[in-house]
Amino acid sequence: HSHLLELLKRTTVHGESNSALIIGPRGSGKTTLLNHVLKDLREMSQVRENLLEVHLNGKKNPFLSGLLQTNDKVALKEITRQLQLENVVGDKVFGSFAENLAFLLEALRRGNRSSSCPILFVLDEFDLFVHHKNQTLLYNLFDISQSAQTPVTVIGLTCRQDILELLEKRVKSRFSHRQIYLMNSFDFKEYVKIFKKQLSLPDEFPNEAFAQKWNNNVQHLSEDKTVQDVLQRLFHRTKDLRSLHLLLVLAVSAVTVHHPLPTAADLQEASRQHSSDSRANIVHGLSVLEICLIIAMKHLNEVYDGEPFNFQMVYNEFQKFIQRKAHSMYNFEKPVVMKAFEHLLQLELVQPLERPSARAQREFLLMKLLLDSSQIMEALQVYPNCPTDVKQWAASSLSWL
Amino acid sequence: MNTRQQSKLIYSWYGKPLSSDRKLRTSQYKGILITSESTKTETCIQLGDFILVEGMNADQPYVAQLMDLYEDGAQHKRAVVQWFCRLEEIPQNKRKLLKREISAQEVFFDQILGYDTDIAAETIIKSIMVLPLHLGEELPIVTLNKEQTFYVKQSWDGKCFKVLSPDTFSKLKEANKKKGVITNSSKAFIPSDTLTPVKKETESVLWSATKPKNADMEIESKHSASKSSLAKDRHSQRVANNDIKTPTARKKLELNSPTRSKGRLLGCEVLGLLDDDCDAIAPLPSATKRKVKFTSDVLGSPPKIPCSNDKPKSTSETVEQHQSFSDTMQLSPYTKIKDFSEKYKNLHEKGDILSPVGYKKPSSQSLVMTPRSRRTCAQKTSALIAEQISLLKSHGKLAAEEDVLSGSDSSYSSSSEEEEDDEVPCTPEKKAKSSRIFSTPKSSRKSAVHTPAKTLKKTPLQGTPRTPRNATPEIPRRFQAAQEPANVLEEARLRLHVSAVPESLPCREEEFQDIYNFVESKLIDGTGGCMYISGVPGTGKTATVHEVIRSLQQAAENDELPPFQFVEINGMKLTDPHQAYVQILEFLTGQKVTATHAAVLLAKLFSTPGPKRKTTVLMVDELDLLWTRKQNVMYNLFDWPTQKHSKLIILAIANTMDLPERIMMNRVASRLGLTRMSFQPYTYKQLQQIISSRLKGVKAFEEDAVQLVSRKVAALSGDARRCLDICRRATEICEFARQKRAPEIVRMAHVTEAIDEMFSSPYVNAIRNASLHEQIFLKAILAEFHRAGVEEATVQQIYHHHVALCRMEGLQSPTVSEIMAICSRLGACRLLLVEASSKYLHMRVRLNLGQDDVMYALREE
Repeated sequence: HSHLLELLKRTTVHGESNSALIIGPRGSGKTTLLNHVLKDLREMSQVRENLLEVHLNGKKNPFLSGLLQTNDKVALKEITRQLQLENVVGDKVFGSFAENLAFLLEALRRGNRSSSCPILFVLDEFDLFVHHKNQTLLYNLFDISQSAQTPVTVIGLTCRQDILELLEKRVKSRFSHRQIYLMNSFDFKEYVKIFKKQLSLPDEFPNEAFAQKWNNNVQHLSEDKTVQDVLQRLFHRTKDLRSLHLLLVLAVSAVTVHHPLPTAADLQEASRQHSSDSRANIVHGLSVLEICLIIAMKHLNEVYDGEPFNFQMVYNEFQKFIQRKAHSMYNFEKPVVMKAFEHLLQLELVQPLERPSARAQREFLLMKLLLDSSQIMEALQVYPNCPTDVKQWAASSLSWL
Repeated sequence: MNTRQQSKLIYSWYGKPLSSDRKLRTSQYKGILITSESTKTETCIQLGDFILVEGMNADQPYVAQLMDLYEDGAQHKRAVVQWFCRLEEIPQNKRKLLKREISAQEVFFDQILGYDTDIAAETIIKSIMVLPLHLGEELPIVTLNKEQTFYVKQSWDGKCFKVLSPDTFSKLKEANKKKGVITNSSKAFIPSDTLTPVKKETESVLWSATKPKNADMEIESKHSASKSSLAKDRHSQRVANNDIKTPTARKKLELNSPTRSKGRLLGCEVLGLLDDDCDAIAPLPSATKRKVKFTSDVLGSPPKIPCSNDKPKSTSETVEQHQSFSDTMQLSPYTKIKDFSEKYKNLHEKGDILSPVGYKKPSSQSLVMTPRSRRTCAQKTSALIAEQISLLKSHGKLAAEEDVLSGSDSSYSSSSEEEEDDEVPCTPEKKAKSSRIFSTPKSSRKSAVHTPAKTLKKTPLQGTPRTPRNATPEIPRRFQAAQEPANVLEEARLRLHVSAVPESLPCREEEFQDIYNFVESKLIDGTGGCMYISGVPGTGKTATVHEVIRSLQQAAENDELPPFQFVEINGMKLTDPHQAYVQILEFLTGQKVTATHAAVLLAKLFSTPGPKRKTTVLMVDELDLLWTRKQNVMYNLFDWPTQKHSKLIILAIANTMDLPERIMMNRVASRLGLTRMSFQPYTYKQLQQIISSRLKGVKAFEEDAVQLVSRKVAALSGDARRCLDICRRATEICEFARQKRAPEIVRMAHVTEAIDEMFSSPYVNAIRNASLHEQIFLKAILAEFHRAGVEEATVQQIYHHHVALCRMEGLQSPTVSEIMAICSRLGACRLLLVEASSKYLHMRVRLNLGQDDVMYALREE
């Protein structure tokens, strides 16, 4: 933080050009950090009494997001807009890409270190800019930052660790290699602290008594064993703070007038929701026939060690089961089974290996099951009114027994 | 000029050969006949005539005097000329030697030896008039044929300006006289007769007088009314000007034309008076009333009386005014910023009567304008200007200040040119209209009505050429001056910034000398050539070339070398390889055209012998990006220098040494030639030298620290930029640490820290900070790879391992959805390479770093 602050300060005060990259996994607070620094910078200028303040008024922050600026042309237009240069352009229809680039470069070239306003370029999702043709934009931005022109600071935000390898060699040479890595390096104790801080009400909350009560409750919660378990599990799974937020939102949304304080049970419920397996949930909603088909596929997978199968094989397997074991199952017609199979296909529990073509018969299209056997077994456990023989069949390691 | 380009011209000799030289098989002639096919007109140009010769820029033909005409052995028509050079052709830095302002009509007797005086006769455009004047003399004002009349006062020999010797002066005079007699008038170009200014005036007066008459005939009914109003208007104007001193002032005005200097002075005076007057009576309607009254007083006759008499008279008066104004006009742009206010007054005065041409003197290409069209033009521009200015009004003051200070001469002229371009096409239309509504005087009055409003707005106009068309973009100024470095470390950092330009480039002396010699020799020979420079990034290729150019320019300034033009293009800064043409052409001539057209123009430019063209040094940075499938851009670039008259030197820069062999077709590579140079990466000693030379006089670094940095960088890449960046970072670290204690200079520790920061691999750190399950997932991947012996696995397989590992650790195993989430997170950080997620469990996964690295990162805990 202090590094970045220092860097930006120097740009504004000394008119020094710089470039830096902020790298960190998703949800590690890259943008938050940058915003924080900018806020600090603005505050500082006020402290120093209009020495810097004026700068900042004149200072523009083009925030460019790689997701919005899909190519350099759009990005250039956006920069021009944010620099408010169009007033110079006037009513002239903004010309071609080339003109545009020349125009902007000309604009930036005019300035020099001591007289023109420093500009901060923030490139969000920096990795997407890398994929632009020839990396023209990046080259030019870095080149300006390396030459005695208008002072600029280029800051890129990305989550890709290998970003430097993506830069072309001459672009890379112009980049200052200032990288700030952001990692979620806290341990579990700090995680719980964050949890408490996130959940407790601020001091400015109007109803003081309630805030007190709520905060006490949060304190209790954080010491509760089950809550700690929930948090631990989440923490083990991911250190991303956004998922913690998600969990807390789920838990807090259970709060009503009659149920004013969130409890450990709420959190547990939220955690269960949060971490449930979506595919297994789909399986719960299937009919017995469809479940039978899935079991047949599972057996096929086991026998052939994950090789793809087609409908005919599944149908044969199912027939075998019906003939040998089934007492409760009705022997369905083939078209009915086919229909059930297609339903599974639509639910994307089964996926064809290749596109269905006109030539291949549907029965013989090669398929893959998109479920793991453990998922199937889990789903069967909770499946209501499942016939016992089906369960047995699923559990048996060899299908023909 | 356009007609010339469009229609074919036939050049034939006039008369019989005067004398012929058997040996050389040349024969001389006394004149040449130019026949235009389309207009069927003939122009005869004789020896001693002044001519315009086709130049690089179609808008700026060269001025010359025809000295000799002959046909050479190969039946080519040749001409020997004495050049005159325009102000634009004199280098910027020499212009100040003149110590006076030059109008666009003024040319200089050229005595530079370097130029080729032998040209092809086909390049002659037409004849013009060049009048010799004494140095003190003012330029006579000519309302007609502005474009075709030039004045010469001084000579220019490449170093300094001299007064014309009496000899040349008389010669020129003579030539003029002769010409006045012989000139064969052609319709396409109005002949530049040797009319005295007075004569011309009368002509114009007559002309303008007849026009209204015609109009009168057309609209009989309005006859009397319009006439009287016409008279009134004219008088009102004139009278407004002469309000106080009418009789005498008018007399003086009439005196104007013969005694120039006096007239000018007087013009100023009058203007001053006028201004007072105008200020006093700002609301014009009332003013007119007053003036009307005045008119009758002055003329001493009822206003309705002899209209026919009155009209010509008043017109002549207006014309006179015209003159006086244009006189002051020619002055006013030149007056210094000091009398800014005065100038602005003048301007506003003239705004209603004078055309923009008057004050946009720099490039009065303004066609042959009649007073009337000028007036309409003035009206138009004033409207235009008012529009623009109202936009800029808020910024007015600041902008005016800035721009006056910067005194952007060139941009001024270019903008005015543009404006003219704008207007000229409109003129005919406007003209037609105005004649229909019978408004020669009216138009001027109309604009007069605008005046009060305009006066204020005009202020920024003085120096602000801000037409929206070619406005120069600018980043807003900062309000506070940038802080100067406060201590040693900051000073060091400033110097270490890559952008800081060192006085000399250490360790590149040899390369510098090579390139310098190459370019120098080509410059002296006046030939063309290519040089290919290669080297990895950050080895100072571009910097060295810039340095070479700088010293060459210095040499050229000191007249050790012929002058040359330097053009730079950068492949990375072009959106499309073909844009290179556009940029080069814009650099050379300032024209803006499309890529294909630019290519044609450039090819023409470089392949035809331009007599006065300077050598062009073209630097092409990032050459490899100019690659196209057909390679026509590269082909053209390298083909031009090989042509005889190109005078083009190309310095191509790229990273790869074998670029010509690798990507170029044979025909391109062969044209590139064998002049190659490769910049080796810097060795550590050189890097050390670079740093210490930059830090000369600043004690900020320990010797060892510098050595460490340079060794480290030299071992990796030899990139000087990287080296400087590390040093800069080290100073920051040092400064940061100093807040606690006080080590004054950068030590080893700081440098090591900076190096570690820049070169550390992020992966290990990222893995160590990953969550537990993410780490287990990586472990599972390793286990699966180990089991299968293939460095690729599906999520399903890894999942099984993951579950097993979790069981071993006594952890609750995650669900498949969670595994997928983990997998995609790691994929986003590019620790893993993953397929598109639609394949779900069968998605294939690969590690993006070595297994050993992962193992190392995971084991440490």
